[in-house]
Amino acid sequence: MSESINLKYIVPGDDFTRAGEASGAVKRKLKQLGFNSDVIRKVAIAMYEGEINMVIHAGGGEADVEILPDKIHIILADQGPGIPDISLAMKEGWSTAPDNVRSLGFGAGMGLPNIKKYSDELKIETELGKGTKLFITVNVSN
Amino acid sequence: MTVNQLMKELNLKLIAGNDGLDNEISGGYCGDLLSWVMGRAQSGDAWITIMGNLNAIAVAVLADVSCIILAENASCDDDAKARADLEGVPVLSTEEQAFPIAVKLSKLLGI
Ligand SMILES: Nc1ncnc2c1ncn2[C@@H]1O[C@H](COP(=O)(O)OP(=O)(O)OP(=O)(O)O)[C@@H](O)[C@H]1O
Ligand SMILES: [Mg+2]
Repeated sequence: MSESINLKYIVPGDDFTRAGEASGAVKRKLKQLGFNSDVIRKVAIAMYEGEINMVIHAGGGEADVEILPDKIHIILADQGPGIPDISLAMKEGWSTAPDNVRSLGFGAGMGLPNIKKYSDELKIETELGKGTKLFITVNVSN
Repeated sequence: MTVNQLMKELNLKLIAGNDGLDNEISGGYCGDLLSWVMGRAQSGDAWITIMGNLNAIAVAVLADVSCIILAENASCDDDAKARADLEGVPVLSTEEQAFPIAVKLSKLLGI
């Protein structure tokens, strides 16, 4: 694999039955391409948490994935309400998830911390009333 | 130990995910909050929970756990069963609580 592979997914909002489809598809693609299982797991976890956040907190969004031989870039962009205080949102246990999604098992306030933990780089751009953009990078180590 | 062996040892009922019965179990994890499990469970763990919904199956797939064990006969939604079958994630069920199941699993695995 010498060139980059680019994938794009639309993540529908408020559809919990389809949440995880994009990250599942990327996981399968990386497997097919023969990436090592630790790298695949890191990408799958980081991307899933970002994907489900767009579903729960932002009414959906878009995922762009670029697969390179030495790193994987994931951009998750939504047009939701934005995050008022990023350092608070990054705290383990902080969540504004409503009761109906808590009953499904969400709302531990661990999604963003998981993204941080399982990625090698994380940048968050957010503007209130405009939306949020996550830039996630996972390095491929051999 | 494989999921199939565990199923027999602990008398668990197979609910879905036949194709993953040969998965190797390397440890265990208990929890119901999905992103907590996502961040802390290790690949190969048997995941003991009461969450039998579609999102739990997605977490199991992405976090590479070996199987889901539904404690206390917790129910598994039909769409979750279908997804587990598709993805080959074994979903097992028991009437026992999470704690005794975890203790037995630990003894069987010698950890
Ligand atoms: N894309 C987003 N748009 C707006 N707010 C967000 C977005 N992502 C996260 N947040 C805010 O940051 C908080 C923390 O997010 P995090 O993913 O860590 O936890 P959670 O989604 O509430 O629960 P969990 O991920 O454990 O199920 C959220 O509760 C929400 O307030
Ligand atoms: Mg989250």
